Amino acid sequence: MVKNILIFIVLIGFAVLLANVFVGFKGNSELNTLANHYAVSGPEEVGSANLVTAVVVTYRGLDTLGEVTILFLSAAIVSFLLKIETSASRKRKLRTTSEILDTASKILVPVTLLFGIYVFINGHLSPGGGFQGGAIIASGLVLMLLSQPAKEVSHKLITIVESISGLSFVLIGVAGVIFAAGFLDNTLLSLGKFGTIFSAGLIPVIYIFVGLKVGAELSGIIANLQENQNEV
Amino acid sequence: MEKFNLENISLVIGILVILIGLWGLLTQKNLIKIIIGFALFDTGIHIVMVSIGYIKNGTAPILDNAVDINNAANAVVDPVPQALVLTAIVIGLGITALMLTYVLKMYQKRKSLEINNYNDLKW
Repeated sequence: MVKNILIFIVLIGFAVLLANVFVGFKGNSELNTLANHYAVSGPEEVGSANLVTAVVVTYRGLDTLGEVTILFLSAAIVSFLLKIETSASRKRKLRTTSEILDTASKILVPVTLLFGIYVFINGHLSPGGGFQGGAIIASGLVLMLLSQPAKEVSHKLITIVESISGLSFVLIGVAGVIFAAGFLDNTLLSLGKFGTIFSAGLIPVIYIFVGLKVGAELSGIIANLQENQNEV
Repeated sequence: MEKFNLENISLVIGILVILIGLWGLLTQKNLIKIIIGFALFDTGIHIVMVSIGYIKNGTAPILDNAVDINNAANAVVDPVPQALVLTAIVIGLGITALMLTYVLKMYQKRKSLEINNYNDLKW
């Protein structure tokens, strides 16, 4: 009873706090100074048509490196906790997959992987980018594991892809310090023609590595969780 | 009718989702449901952040054929909150995966998802 009253008080407190946010919010009719700078000089400084990509990869590139590190850390902890001893694991009895799921996954898995790659290569032109593309690749893996639950995912491949792309991301950043204006500066390559696929300097290259890294990490998490079901 | 425009409606929805998530966190006894409450809390905060960055009659901050590049500052919404939310979604995903892993381990040890059965840290 006391517990319920306390919960109610906490909820009311939060509601009052957030109601203040709503009452004080007047709506914006123009960009603030920082966003205005990004919108006006972003295209010539960075050359990326997608301004969110310009902010994520170049203006706040160091934050993105930290974000990728956090994701790597959580993937590493998941695989550490769910490590299974091969001798102790018992195989689950699996029903055979239905014809519809089996056929659909055979068609859709390659298409999903291809779409994920398309999304992170076009991250500087259209909605999308490395993180979204990586998530799409991992969802393709989920579909594959749904239709073939007994299939072994190669953890070695995942580790290799992840390490190489993470290392390349950092090396590109360091190369920016030496050869261009600063860490993760994208003008190392020429900016190219605005709005084409070979534009925005290093942004597509960085996003390809981010996409591969995120895809490998999420695939690793999913594969670990799936394999661990055999033990229960 | 001033309050019934796009940014206010999405702000209210975000606040409601936050409160529902908090309610779920505080009242549910099943560990999986607590994680769902956390995920709702997370999503609500994302909606609030994006709606605060909205500019009246603005479009997505992508300079393609729909946006005149010389007039970009008056046509697009704020890209900074969107980049922040992109970061926050990925980190939220990592945290959710971590919590699910802990719950899986706890279930393998004690065969229970009920939070009342885990009172080792209760005082």
